[in-house]
Parts: sequence; structure tokens; C-alpha cells
Amino acid sequence: MTDGPAASLDGVTVAYGRHEALRHVSAEFPTGATGLLGPNGAGKSTLIKALLGLVAPASGRMHVLGHDVSQSPLAVRARVGYMPESDAHIPGMTAVSFVSYCGELAGLPRANAMQRAHEVLAYVGLGEARYRNLETYSTGMKQRARLAQALVHDPDLLLLDEPTNGMDPKGRDEMLALVRDIATTKGISLVLSSHLLPDVEYACSHVVVLHKGAVAAQGPISALKGSSGRVFELRVKGDDARFADALRAEGLECHVDGGGALRVFVAEERGSRLLFQLAVRHGVQVRHLRASVPSLEDVFARALGEEP
Amino acid sequence: MPIHDQGYRHYTGERTLHRRGWWVIARAGLADRLRERRFLGLFIFAWSLFVLRAVQLYIGETLARGVFFAPSEQTFQLFLDQQRLFVFFITIYAGAGLIASDRQSHALQIYLSKPITRNDYIAGKLLTLAIFLVAVTWVPAMLLLVLQVLFSGSLEFVADHPRLVPAITLASALQVALAVVTMVALSSLSSSRRFAAMLYAAIAIFAAAIARVLQASTGHAGWVLLSPENTLLAVNDVIFGAASVAAVPLPIAIGALAVVFAACIVILERRVRAVDVVA
Repeated sequence: MTDGPAASLDGVTVAYGRHEALRHVSAEFPTGATGLLGPNGAGKSTLIKALLGLVAPASGRMHVLGHDVSQSPLAVRARVGYMPESDAHIPGMTAVSFVSYCGELAGLPRANAMQRAHEVLAYVGLGEARYRNLETYSTGMKQRARLAQALVHDPDLLLLDEPTNGMDPKGRDEMLALVRDIATTKGISLVLSSHLLPDVEYACSHVVVLHKGAVAAQGPISALKGSSGRVFELRVKGDDARFADALRAEGLECHVDGGGALRVFVAEERGSRLLFQLAVRHGVQVRHLRASVPSLEDVFARALGEEP
Repeated sequence: MPIHDQGYRHYTGERTLHRRGWWVIARAGLADRLRERRFLGLFIFAWSLFVLRAVQLYIGETLARGVFFAPSEQTFQLFLDQQRLFVFFITIYAGAGLIASDRQSHALQIYLSKPITRNDYIAGKLLTLAIFLVAVTWVPAMLLLVLQVLFSGSLEFVADHPRLVPAITLASALQVALAVVTMVALSSLSSSRRFAAMLYAAIAIFAAAIARVLQASTGHAGWVLLSPENTLLAVNDVIFGAASVAAVPLPIAIGALAVVFAACIVILERRVRAVDVVA
């Protein structure tokens, strides 16, 4: 492992024909667990594939584990494990032969790859089912098998593309526990791409938020949440949209959710009293007010400049 | 403390940034096919002509020496021509799904996220099919030659026909290369192995039929170029020194085959990617 960030991008633009999937992206993924957040189509999968050297950027430079991706993509892929988003497997194989095969492709001798396959399948919870054909696996088991193939060569960096997609709540919790364990106790850096904020908040300490192919926010989650302020969730009787506009005119950050609740970010020195004063001034009645600390959802909404 | 720790352990063994990914892929492909009994049956059946030819050589050298079945260069050319039927079926059986199945199961992104190149991947797939086809063309043809030497007890036949070994090798190589490159390229065009198989069969059968009909109706030998298989037969005639009157000039036939190979390489180059680009 290098002392620098696990991966970094400097002014990277990736285009598919005339469509720019990534636009001048500059971001750092420090060692440890970093969430890659963004709505569908934000460019998360493209960024991961660019880090693997699978898509060539039109401009910019990328470094992974100290290697220039465009110069030595094979050296990068030898030290990186990739768990794809889609239901990817090699047809006709049992889990143990699939993972062992992936180990061999990653450069492990045949016998070592087989031994590692047994170990990582036991680690991800498929020890009992490792001789079953992958095509007979449930969605959750396939996700675990894909995590095992990404881990088999003991990578320094894991790129996980939507690892909890399609899993039931119990399976999702178990997968997130595995991801967190890998990052915190096994010393493997990881990038967790997801549009599920709780997943990222549970497993990661840093986050990079992508929106429409550009970086909308990045840094430690705790810093992005901010400590000097509070979020108030309030419901009012009256024209809530007009009141939201009025709050924004006062310089407050305000997002309206689908249920008509307002989430208002108020700086430390300005308390909830301000909200009541504004309500009186604009002729609306406050029916519900609850204070909370800013969540990753607020960071995400603020970064995207959209209503959550 | 557990007797056996089933937690994650770091790997401390040998690790290479290897250049043999193609061989890992080919070996897995071979093992995958050989596990199937139906394919094994077809593969063994593809040696039935070899057995018949071996018996013919034995009779020709022992029971009816110099009377019947005296082998010539054309014996071996005919053997390779007859093996085309088995080459066709093995190509479809073992080749149609080589890339199509990987496309269907999204396996390409798994392969290409490992430290192997697209060329390694393609070479591994080509080699898988090529090994099977070499095993039913060049290997039995050369074994027949060895049997001929053993049955006759001398190297006289080989000495009298010095170009036979290179001719068998070149004709087999062209036959195998054409089948392998065409099938793997067609396999990359679809995520259905059935579709790839039908496409290959359609090209092999209909192109040959159309070429023959046009040849017969116009009397122009150049139509043979419509069918890569028939073009290959014309080239084989030259290789074994039995140039037919209907054959097109060798440079043109080789040029036509080169166009087929180039088209297949372009298809593979465009279709084997970890990211499908629709733009």
C-alpha cells in the first residue's frame, strides 16, 4: 500500500460518444472506506470502470494505489478487487470453481487460488453452499459470491458497485457488516458505490457525491454534515411552498419532502425562535417542529441542490 | 480460540502479474466442454474416420500390398476434407457459446476487471476451440502418417512425399483458423449461443450453396469466393498439389480468406469490451 490516497482523479472526463458521463472530475478516495454517492445516472459505475482502466478518459489523469491507470492498468487490476453491480458470473461453475478461477485470472497459482477460494467463501458466509452451481443461488448468495471473487486475490482496494442491490433487509445488513469489517479490521480500502444513503453512512467514513457526472461534494462525512447548526423538521398549516420560498429568501437552506414536511438548516447562532418569527410574519401556523442533527441525507440534498 | 479460524486472512503466497491469462481461460473452457457427455461422444465419433483410414492403410500395406488402398498425398487431403463435417459440428457445439454465454451472464466485466487484456481473453477463447479442432484434424492426419510408416516398416512413403507433413500442417491450420475465428467472432455478436450457432450454420451452408448455384449457372469460377469454406478447398487443392481447373487464382483465394479473417478481428475488437457503449 502507498501512503497517499487509495485512488485519485484529476480533471477526468469520460465520454460515451457525445454524452459526457464524467465531466472534469477531480476527487480523492483516501485509505479506508469511502462512499460514492449519487442518483442513478450520476456516473458512479463509469467512475469505477475508469479507475479499473476499462474505459479510457478523454482527458485527465487517474492514480490507483500509486499506479497511473492509463500507464499500468494491469498492475492496478492486480491489486484491486471489483464487485460489479449486475448479476455477473461465469456460467456453469460452482461457487468454489468460480472464485478459484477468478483467483487464477488474478495471478494466483492454481493450488493457492483453490485454497483462497475456500477461505473467502467461508468468510462471506457461503462455506456450506460452495459446491453448488452459481445459477442455483439466490440474489443475496450471488452478491456474496461476487464479493468473494473480488476478495480472492487479497486486494489492497475493493471497488463495490451497489453491493446490496436486490437483497432482503437481513442479507443487506449482513453484507454491510462484511463491508464494514473488511474496511475497519482487515485493512483493505474500499469504495462503496451506492444510492442508498444509510448503507454509505453505516460503512464509510468519507464520501464523494456525484451528480450529473460532476463532483457535488466530497470529504469526511462528519465534516460534510457540519457541526455548527441544526436541522429542523417542521410542518405548517398554510402555503408551505410559499413559506419555503420565504425561508430561502431569509438565507436559510430549506428542502421540502414529498409529504409536505420542511427540513430547514439553521446556523448555531440562530435558533428555532427565528422559524416561529418567520411563520408569524408570513401568516402560517407551525403544527410540528422537531430538531435533529444534519444527516447524510441533508449533505446529499445540499450537494445535489435538490429537494430530498 | 477456534481450532480453525474461518475469518479473513491476508494472502502471503506467490502472486504474479502473469501473461498466461489466455491459458487459464483456455484450460477452463476445455474442462467445461469435456465435462459434457454429449460433447465427448461427438468428439470420439469424430475419430471414426481415422479408424477407417487406419484399417485401409493396414490392408494396403499388409494384406493387399500395392493392389488396393495405396496411400497418396490425396488420401490425406481427402481425409481432411471429410473431417470438415466433424469440424462443423464441433465448432458449433464448442464454439457458439464461447463469448455469447459470457455476454449473457455479464461475465466480460468479471474477466476484464482482472489483470488480463482483451487480447488474452480473446486468445483464450480462440485456443479453447482450436485445441478441439486440431485434435480432430491435424492430430489424426499426422497419426495416420505415423501408422503408414509403422505398417510399411520404412520411411520410404514420407521420403517420397516430402511436402506431405507441411501440407497437412498448413491445410489443418487454415481449416482450424477459419472455423475458430469465424465462430468466435459470431459468438461475440450475440448473447444467445443458439443464435450464434444458427448464424454460423447459415453462413457455412447457404454461402456454399449460393456459390455452387452461381458457379453452375454462370460457369464463372470466381463465385467460389462467396463461400469461405469452398475458397479454403480451392487453397487446399494447391497445397496438396491437386489444383483444380475450376479453382480461382491462389492470390485471390488467399486475399478472400484474409478479408474474412480481418472482418472477424474487427468484430472481436468492437464487441469484446467490459462496457457496452451505445452511442
